[in-house]
This record gives sequence, C-alpha cells and structure tokens, in this order.
Amino acid sequence: MRDFLRALVRRKIALAGAGVLLVICVLAVFAPLVATYDPMGLNPTDRLQGPSARHWFGTDHFGRDIYSRIVYGARMTLISGSGVVICSVVIGVLIGLLSGYFRQFGLVAMRLVDVMMSFPPLLLALALIAILRPGLVNVILAVSATYLTHTARIIYGLTLKIKEEAYVEAIRSIGANSGRIVLRHVLPNLVSPVIVQATFTFAFSLLQIASLDFLGVGVPPQVPSWGNMVSEGRVYITRAPGVLLFPGMFIVLSVLSFNLVGDVLRDNLDPRFREQLSGARRQTP
Amino acid sequence: MLRYMAKRFLSMIPTFLLACVLVFSFMHMMPGDPAGVMLGDTATPEQVQALREAMGFNQPITVQFLRWFTGILKGDFGQSIFFHKPVLRVILERSETSLFIAVLSMALIVVVGVPIGMISAVRYNSVADQTFSGAAMLAASMPTFWLGLNLMLLFAVILGWLPSSGYPSILETGNLGNLKYLILPCVTLAAPNSALIIRLTRASMLDVMKEGYVTTARAKGLPELTVTLKHVLRNSLITVISVIGFTFVGLASGTVITETVFSLPGIGRLVVESVLRRDYPVIQGVILIIALAYMLVNLLIDYCYTFLDPRIRVS
Repeated sequence: MRDFLRALVRRKIALAGAGVLLVICVLAVFAPLVATYDPMGLNPTDRLQGPSARHWFGTDHFGRDIYSRIVYGARMTLISGSGVVICSVVIGVLIGLLSGYFRQFGLVAMRLVDVMMSFPPLLLALALIAILRPGLVNVILAVSATYLTHTARIIYGLTLKIKEEAYVEAIRSIGANSGRIVLRHVLPNLVSPVIVQATFTFAFSLLQIASLDFLGVGVPPQVPSWGNMVSEGRVYITRAPGVLLFPGMFIVLSVLSFNLVGDVLRDNLDPRFREQLSGARRQTP
Repeated sequence: MLRYMAKRFLSMIPTFLLACVLVFSFMHMMPGDPAGVMLGDTATPEQVQALREAMGFNQPITVQFLRWFTGILKGDFGQSIFFHKPVLRVILERSETSLFIAVLSMALIVVVGVPIGMISAVRYNSVADQTFSGAAMLAASMPTFWLGLNLMLLFAVILGWLPSSGYPSILETGNLGNLKYLILPCVTLAAPNSALIIRLTRASMLDVMKEGYVTTARAKGLPELTVTLKHVLRNSLITVISVIGFTFVGLASGTVITETVFSLPGIGRLVVESVLRRDYPVIQGVILIIALAYMLVNLLIDYCYTFLDPRIRVS
C-alpha cells in the first residue's frame, strides 16, 4: 500500500487521475449540496443555452441545468460501475478459483467461459438486456456477464500458477483440506491482482454502460446519467454543443483516471502476476 | 504438425456445439411470444395459435433445437420474422457496409498503430514515447459514440468537408466516391483500436528487447535498425497479429455504436433493430455466425503461431 502511494506521487499524471476520481466521489456523495439547480427541473424559456454565470455548462433541450445533471450523473456512474465491478469480480473470482483448483470443474467452466468470450461484448450485453428488459440492475448484470469471463480467465491462470508453488504443497502435506488451502492460502495471494483487475473493469464498464445508455437500452431516459445526456442531446449538437461536450468530457475523464491509476497499481504488482493483466483491451466498437 | 492442426480443428466442435446450445437457450428465455409479436396487436388468439403451430413453437424444446440445429448444419438459419426472407440473405445484404468499414479501419489501425508503437518502444521514456503513450491512453478512454459525434460536428457540420451520415452502397451504384461516407466512421473506430495496438506493440517490443538474442545480435555488430526490424519487431509481432485478428472480426461483426451514430446500414444496426423487433431468427443467426468467425480466426491465429514459433509445435 505504501509502495503504491509512493509510486502514485512519483507519477504526477496518475496522481491527477486519483484526484479526479476523488472529485467525482465528492460530487456523487454531496450532489444535493454541490448542484446549483434541480437536475429534473424543466425551464423551457432557458432551453439550449451556452455556458453562463447562471448555468455554468449551459442548459439542455428542456432547459435543465447541465452542470447539475452532471453532478447527479456522477452518482449513477459510481453506482453502476461499482455494481459491475462487484458482480463480475465476485463471480469471476469464484469461477476462476474453483476452475484452477479443481481440474474437472475447470474443464467444463473454462469451456463455457471460452464460448462466452467468443460473443462480442456489446452484442452479448444487448441480447441479455433483451431477455431481462432495460433497467439499472439488469444493465449491471448484462455488463457483468461480459467482464466476469475476463476475471475468471485471469484468476484461473493465476490459481494454476500458485497451485504449483512449494508452500501450497507443504500445506497439503501437513494435512490441510482443499477448502482451507483455497480460502486461506491461495485466495489471499490473489488479492492484489484482483484489485488491479477491478480498476480496469471499472474503466471499461463505464464505457460499456454509457454505450448502452446511448443506444437507449440502459437506465431509463429521465435518469440523469452521462450516457443518457449525450444520447438525448445528440439531436441538438449544432445549436448547443455543450449538451454533447460536457457530459462526454466527464466520461472521458473518469475512464482515463481509472486507467491511469490502474497502470500504477499494475506496475507495483508482483512481477509473477503482471503479464496476465492488461489495461488496454478491445473497446466496444 | 498435421496431427496438431487436426487436433486443434476438432477441438472446435464441442465449443461450436456449446455456442449453439447457449444461443438457442438465450433466445428461448426472451419474454414475449414470437408468434404474437409477428402478427401484431390486432391478431386473434386463433391466428396466433395457428402460426405457432406452423412455426413449430408448440413442439418440445428439444425437437425445436434439433430442427434448428440440423438446419444450421445445412446452412439454413431460418426465416426472418420481420423481413420474411432467409436470415442468411438478410445478413449478407447488410455485410457490405460492415466489411468495407472493417477493411478500411483495420488498414488505418495497422498503419497508425504499429509504427507509433515501434517508435515508442525504441525511444523508451523519451518525450515522444510519453506523448504517444498519453495520447493512446486518452483515445482508449473515449466512448466511441462521443468521439463520433464530435468528429461529425467538426468535419461535417462546422467545416462541411465530409457527409455526416448514411452510406449509399458502392456495389449497387458503382460509385467509388461513396467511400467518403465511410471516412468519419473509420476514423472513429480506428482511434481506440490503434491505441490498443500502440500499447501492445510497445509492450511486446520492450519485452523482446530484454531477450538474450537481441544482445547477441547487437554484440555481433549488426546495425541498430537491423536489430530493431529483424530481431525485435519480428518476434514481437506474434502477439500483435493475434490481436489484429480479433479486432478485425470485432469490426466486421458490426459496430453497433458507430453505425448508430452515422446511420449506416451494417450488421450492428441489424442486431439492435432485431432485438427491438424481437426478430429471434436474425439475432440467433448473427450471433452464431459471429461466434463461429471468432473461433475460426482463433484457429487461424493458432496455426500462424505454429509457423512463426516452432516452440509451440512441440508442446
């Protein structure tokens, strides 16, 4: 942990990334205090204005204050992103761990993971949402389905590696049972790679969720999320570019920050684990 | 060698079977009665029941699966509910746009990504490297739809240099000038994907540079350029090639977001529209064909590996 903080300070740009994430958290937690207007408040006389002293980022096609909607959008971003990270990490680690440790189970489970990975992520999410119907929880589940396979694959590889280590053999030879070995001796060693993987998953899930919002199958349209704001504003971009520019900038900033912090985390990781984790991954086209 | 190739090919069969089962069960979990959807709100229950029987929806699920599966083996993916045409034909009609986009943006990605990744690796930690790596990180963090809309706003609306949306078919009109409709979509797609290739080329070249044979090559007195191109780049391309393969399938299988932004008639739009229309046979067909394409590319990449790296052949 201390090494990580030191590395963070050394890499100024990553420190800035961590700062941005902190700001977004503050915005989300204190949204009612930070926002200057009601995010849902309609004001037809003030529609599609540019940035001004009254409306810092301008207004959208209903005259709603863009800045205030972005502040509330930070909430949606953190809630949906954390949802995906928790779902995909918990299930992914479970599958990966069991597959790595128990060969028979692994053969079947990893085949399934292979098949899931051969579907393009966005199409898989779309198909799942078609089954589950749109809505926040279902969006989280649909996006998790695509990322838990990545986590499972990585944890599977790492578990196979750890299993061969001398200390695991030593513990087995003194009579520890499989459950104890997996929980007390393999899992704790996987904590740091899991954290790194979670950071990158957060970054990519934000892009994925925003894409689903943009296609109109994400959270309900009246909810102020950054993806929804761009999606609704796209018709008006020629009259008021602010509806496109500002929410999008916040998406880019938050994703970029997660990637920067994730990079530092990975570089501080045990070199045995490093090669399996990579921040750059194929984006949803 | 041949035995390995045959074994690897045969190992695809269970994966394909599993994919078929998954896709089929996915579609049968969808809410809504397809027969009811096909006929619309005005249909009487009797009409719905008649259609259900005609389409075989009332038969046991295993019988339905076997019928569907044997059809696929014969190349028959069923009839589209919405278009009243064979699914395969619907998909082929949409594939022109997607294939053109895939080929063009892939070319752009390779031409931009590999050389920049190379420069970054050779000039490791220089100003150029940091600028390129930073730009790549930024491009990888941008939502595709946002980049696309911004490019559209700048080049189509404000500057007016390029058309903002649509794509009249080149094959039908024979007008190569229509390629200009694909410039903005291709740039939009190339940005995040080149970022990936830049990062990958850089990382794998840096890895290879640590190898003993690179030091040997230098010690022999080979010029630096020869070492970089013949020893480092060649060996690091193995990983890059596999990612290029998957990126290509990803692009050819339809680019939902980009096609939506620029209103292009590609496979990605087809899937979204079919999901909204509950056109099950089309969704099943597209997803299965894409999955099959992924598996085939995976196979080809594994074959490439064995040619490029004899160590894999042995193990």
